[in-house]
Amino acid sequence: MTTLLEFKQVSKQYGADTRALSNVNFTVKQGEFVSIIGPSGAGKSTLLRCINRMIDASGGEIMFEDSNIMGLNKRGLKQLRSQIGMVFQHYNLVDRLSVIENVLHGRLGYKSTLEGVLGLYSKEEKRRAYTILKTLGLEEQIYKRCDQLSGGQKQRVGIARALVQDPKMLLCDEPIASLDPNASIIIMNHLRDICTTMGITVIVNLHQVEVALKYSDRILGVNKGSVIYDGPPAGIKREQLTRIYGSEIEEHIGELEKQHAG
Amino acid sequence: MQDNFFARKRINTLLFCFLMLVITMVSIIATDYDVIRGFTSIPKAAEWAFGNFYPNEKALSRLPDIVNSLIETLLVSIASTIVAAIFALLFAIAGSHTTGMGGLISWISRSIATLFRNIDVAAWSMILLLSFGQNVLTGYFALFFGSFGFLTRAFTESIDEVSNSSVEALRATGAGYWSIIAHSVIPSSIPQLLSWILFMIETNIRQATLIGILTGTGIGFLFSLYYKSLNYNSASMVVIVIVCAIIVIESVSNYVRKVIM
Ligand SMILES: Nc1ncnc2c1ncn2[C@@H]1O[C@H](COP(=O)(O)OP(=O)(O)OP(=O)(O)O)[C@@H](O)[C@H]1O
Ligand SMILES: [Mg+2]
Repeated sequence: MTTLLEFKQVSKQYGADTRALSNVNFTVKQGEFVSIIGPSGAGKSTLLRCINRMIDASGGEIMFEDSNIMGLNKRGLKQLRSQIGMVFQHYNLVDRLSVIENVLHGRLGYKSTLEGVLGLYSKEEKRRAYTILKTLGLEEQIYKRCDQLSGGQKQRVGIARALVQDPKMLLCDEPIASLDPNASIIIMNHLRDICTTMGITVIVNLHQVEVALKYSDRILGVNKGSVIYDGPPAGIKREQLTRIYGSEIEEHIGELEKQHAG
Repeated sequence: MQDNFFARKRINTLLFCFLMLVITMVSIIATDYDVIRGFTSIPKAAEWAFGNFYPNEKALSRLPDIVNSLIETLLVSIASTIVAAIFALLFAIAGSHTTGMGGLISWISRSIATLFRNIDVAAWSMILLLSFGQNVLTGYFALFFGSFGFLTRAFTESIDEVSNSSVEALRATGAGYWSIIAHSVIPSSIPQLLSWILFMIETNIRQATLIGILTGTGIGFLFSLYYKSLNYNSASMVVIVIVCAIIVIESVSNYVRKVIM
């Protein structure tokens, strides 16, 4: 398998004294499902957003498909972002627009200014959006306004918007943090499915350790801006969790033991 | 301690009332205002109004004239509001935190809007009277400048309030700046924007009447004309027509608001 993404000595400094990432190194192979876990404020969201330059890293190199994305110009950045889908904790849909319109927003990265402003989508693009919505079980909601959907349905619209980009990679920032357990399972199954059957690389920030262990090919444990653990889920034991979570450890160990028992 | 607390509060209240009383007395004395005559003249004023300030048959025959100038006033208000709204939207987009280009451009557009907002419409029409004279254009531009300042501020706040998260999502798909405006900012904030525009039209119709007196145009001018020529019957007709127009406009815009929200 080829390497899709590589972080080399990446760091991120907010202002004078907040070091959100320091000397982060890791690689992600094509088709991998990677979860990033770590306590609140560890730098998970920052790390994820450095990949599509929603946040600019302060130092190091980020290689996407063997080219350094740190030096991209405006045009290159647009192209990079159109190849990377993003899924958010709060879905970030335009609530007043219909499901299908929100999904088609995923194509805007491929449009010229005029096409984009006018929203000129081809027949092919619309058909593709429809197919994706069908796969995600949203056939009946296509023309509904997004503010009429449940949280789980909204998140599936968010995923559809990312998929219609035909992305090489999906970045998900706490995709299930606002959902109930059932909706969470549906979303995680879809993400896993996208990775396995479509071959799209998925990187997910997660708060729930047990979910991360269950679905991932690999885990990145982050604490205070450094990668503490980089390896398979099987390698995560009580000791590793202590190092990743520090003082927050107890609640996560509880989860871990529940899972081993179940 | 507790007793003391309540006692102090009571003393404060008493002190406040006493102060108000003193201020009122001083003002009455300073302005030579006769309180008793002030109140006894209210019935007399009402009597006069009922005796003179009502439409008669002759006033009714002036109705077409009155309606014509009302329409002129309405059109000027609506036109100035709409044009101001277009400019305000551009400035609001440039000045907002979510969509702004940041830095100098944002600062400039916010400053211009603040400047325009803080000059009252009446002041604008005085200023513009000098350059345009007694002309419809004077009223039009006065309303335009006033609405522009107010709407820019209102639009900026609506945009900032509403569209933060979806703007982030569209940026992440690689969408360009204008695409984001067209597909996220505008759709998210359109009900608020329309609501502000309707509010502005209502306000402007009221203002236009006043400005008309200054600039000698529209229904305001007609009112001052009748009034100064002691034709109170026709003047009262004008007032009734204005009130009716405002009621109609308000109910229409309330209806529109309900539909778009
Ligand atoms: N825009 C910003 N300006 C300044 N500091 C920031 C900014 N964004 C994040 N930080 C800081 O950087 C650190 C990492 O934040 P980040 O959001 O990446 O954490 P996280 O791991 O995603 O946390 P959570 O699990 O709570 O979402 C935190 O200390 C945070 O306070
Ligand atoms: Mg986060």
